[in-house]
Amino acid sequence: MNRTALDLWVGFFVAIGLAAVLFLALKVGNLSASSSGETYALQAKFDNIGGLKVRSAVKSSGVVVGRVAHIDYDSANYVAVVSMQMDARYKFPRDTFATINTSGLLGDQFIGFEVGGESEMLKAGESIKKTQSAVVLEKLISQFMFNQASDSKDKK
Amino acid sequence: MNQEPLVQIRDLNFSYDNRKILSGINLTIPRGKVVAIMGSSGCGKTTLLRLIGGQLKPSSGEVKVNGQIVDQLDSAGLYAMRRRMGMLFQFGALFTDMSVFDNVAFQMREHTDLPEDLIHDLVMMKLHAVGLRGAQNLMPSELSGGMARRVALARSISLDPMLVMYDEPFAGLDPISLSVIGVLIRKLNDALGASSIVVTHDVQESLKIVDYVYFVSAGKIVAEGTADEIRQSKIPYVHQFVWGEADGPVPFHYPSMPYGDEMMQAVN
Amino acid sequence: MTSRLWQLGFASRFFIAIFLYSGTSFRRFQLTLREVFFSGVMSLIIIMVSGLFVGMVLGLQGYDTLQRYGSAEALGILVALSLVRELGPVVAALLFASRAGSAITAEIGLMKATEQLSAMEMMAVNPIARVVAPRFWGGVISMPLLAALFSAMGIFGGYLVGVVLIGVDEGSFWSQMQATVDFREDIVNGIIKSFVFGVIVSWVAVFEGYDAEPTAEGVSGATTRTVVTSSLAILAADFVLTALMFRGV
Repeated sequence: MNRTALDLWVGFFVAIGLAAVLFLALKVGNLSASSSGETYALQAKFDNIGGLKVRSAVKSSGVVVGRVAHIDYDSANYVAVVSMQMDARYKFPRDTFATINTSGLLGDQFIGFEVGGESEMLKAGESIKKTQSAVVLEKLISQFMFNQASDSKDKK
Repeated sequence: MNQEPLVQIRDLNFSYDNRKILSGINLTIPRGKVVAIMGSSGCGKTTLLRLIGGQLKPSSGEVKVNGQIVDQLDSAGLYAMRRRMGMLFQFGALFTDMSVFDNVAFQMREHTDLPEDLIHDLVMMKLHAVGLRGAQNLMPSELSGGMARRVALARSISLDPMLVMYDEPFAGLDPISLSVIGVLIRKLNDALGASSIVVTHDVQESLKIVDYVYFVSAGKIVAEGTADEIRQSKIPYVHQFVWGEADGPVPFHYPSMPYGDEMMQAVN
Repeated sequence: MTSRLWQLGFASRFFIAIFLYSGTSFRRFQLTLREVFFSGVMSLIIIMVSGLFVGMVLGLQGYDTLQRYGSAEALGILVALSLVRELGPVVAALLFASRAGSAITAEIGLMKATEQLSAMEMMAVNPIARVVAPRFWGGVISMPLLAALFSAMGIFGGYLVGVVLIGVDEGSFWSQMQATVDFREDIVNGIIKSFVFGVIVSWVAVFEGYDAEPTAEGVSGATTRTVVTSSLAILAADFVLTALMFRGV
C-alpha cells in the first residue's frame, strides 16, 4: 500500500468517525437545543422537590428556558433551594410562579414557570417568591381514598 | 591510522540469573581484521556480541570499543557508538513490514537528513555490493534465506560502520549461499576498512576467510590462533570441533546415571 | 503472585516509557497514521456491522418491553442511551481488543521473536519510540472514533427496526431521544469512556507483544492474553467510570 492510498483511507476513517460524533451530538443529543451561550442564575425554594435532579429542565410554556444547576438544602428553614441557570435570552417578571411538574404520569420532573403580570423583571441571582412543590403521588392517592371513604360515610 | 585495537575485552564475567555464562574472557579485535569466535551452540558466543553492542552489561570486567568502555556510556553515548556498529542477526531480522529498499534505507532515514534521491543512490550502492539491486522492491517474505541474509548484510553496512558483527551468518544456508556470504564478509570488511567479528560454528567456511580465531567452550576461551594454527591444533576440544567428531572431550551422552544402574532400576 | 506483581511493575514502567518516547510518533506523524490505518480502518467493517445489529436487537427487545407499558415512543431514548452510555464504548472496545489489539500484540511479538526489535536497538533506533509508541497512539486515536461509529450505526439500526419495520412514530422517536440524551452528560462521557478503553487496549496490546516470550508459543499465548486481559480491564474500568459519571445526585 503506498502512502497516498493510506492517507486517503485514514482521512476517510477520521471523517466518518467525526461525522458519527457530530450525528450523536446534534441528532441524538440536545447540543443544538441547549445553547451553550450566556446564562444567568435564579433561585427558588420548594418544600418538596420530589424527583427533581441536577440538569432537569426549566420550561415555560413547554419551551426549555434553563436547567437546574444545583440543589441544596436550607437547614434554617427546612426547605430545598434549587439554583437554576437560565438562558440569557429569556427574562421573566418578578411574580413568576415556579412549579414542579411531571412530564406524563411517570416521566421526568421539571420546573415549570407560569409567568405573572408584573413589569419588573427578575435579575440574576434573585429568588422566585411564589413556588409550588412537587405533587407526591402517594399523598394524592391517600387523599383521594380518604375523600372517597368520607364521601361514602356522608351518603349513609 | 589509530593502532589501538578496536575492541578490547579484559577479564569479562557475565552471569544471568546466577548462571555463569562467560568467565574470564580476554579478547582483542585489531583494526581491519576479521576475527571469528567459534564454539558449540549455547556456549555464550551470542552473549559476547550483545555485551560488545551494549545490549547487556557485564557482571565484572570491561568491554572497550574504540577507546570507550561500553557499560559506562549513557544511553546517548551508547546510541552514538551503535551508529558506528553494524550487526547481522542470525536469521537476518529484516523488518518484515518494509521492502528490501526500505530496510536498507532504514538507518539512513532514521539517523541522517539526507535527501531522498541521495538515499536512493546510497541504497543502490549497498544493494549492488551484495548483488541484489534487482530485488529492491521485494518484501522480505519473498526472499530466499540466502538473499535475506545478503539484504541484512547490506543493511548492517548502510552507515559504513567501523565494526560489523555477524551472529551465525552461515546458519541454515545452502553451500552456494554460504560461500557467497563468506566472500562478502571478507570483501566488505576490506572495502570499508572496518573490523569484523564472526560468531559461528561453521568451521570450514569461516577458516577460509578469517584472520584470527578464538575458541569458546563453557564460557571460557580455550584456544586462539590464526586459521592455520587452529587447523593444526592438538588441543582435544579444538581438534574434535574442527574435524567434527561425534565423541571426544565433548561427550556424546548427556550427564546421567550409569547405564547399568538405570536398567536395574526398571527391573526393581 | 510475585511474578504477577513484577509484571505489573514492568507494565507500569513501560507505560511511562511510551509517553517518554512519544516524541517520534508526533514529529513523524506518518508513522502513527499508518497505525491508525491498521487498527482503525481495518476495524471499520466489524465495528459498523456489529453496531448495526446490536442496535437492531435493542430496537426489537426494547419495543417488546416498552409497548407493555404503552410507552413505545420511548424506544428512541432506550436505544440511544444504552448505546451512547454503555454498549457503544464497551462493545466497540471489546471488538477492538480482539480485532486490532491481538494483531498489534502478534506483530510486536513476532518482531521480537525474529530479533527485529534487537536489530533496531543495535541500529541505535529505540524500538519503543519507533515501533511501540506509534501503535499505541494509533489505537488511542482510533478507539473513540470507532465507538462513536458503533453508536451511530446502532441508533440507525434501532431506527430501522423501530420506525421503519415496526412503525413507532418517527417524530417522537427522535424528539424524545433528543430531549433526553444530554450532550455533556451522556455523549461526552461516552467518548471519555471510549478514550480510556482505547488507552487500556492499546497499552495491554503493546505491552503483551513487547513482553512476549520470543517463540511461536510465546507469541500466541501473548495474543490470547491481550484479548482476555484487555476485556476484563475494559469491563472493570467501565464499572468504575460509570460509578463516577452517572451516580446521579
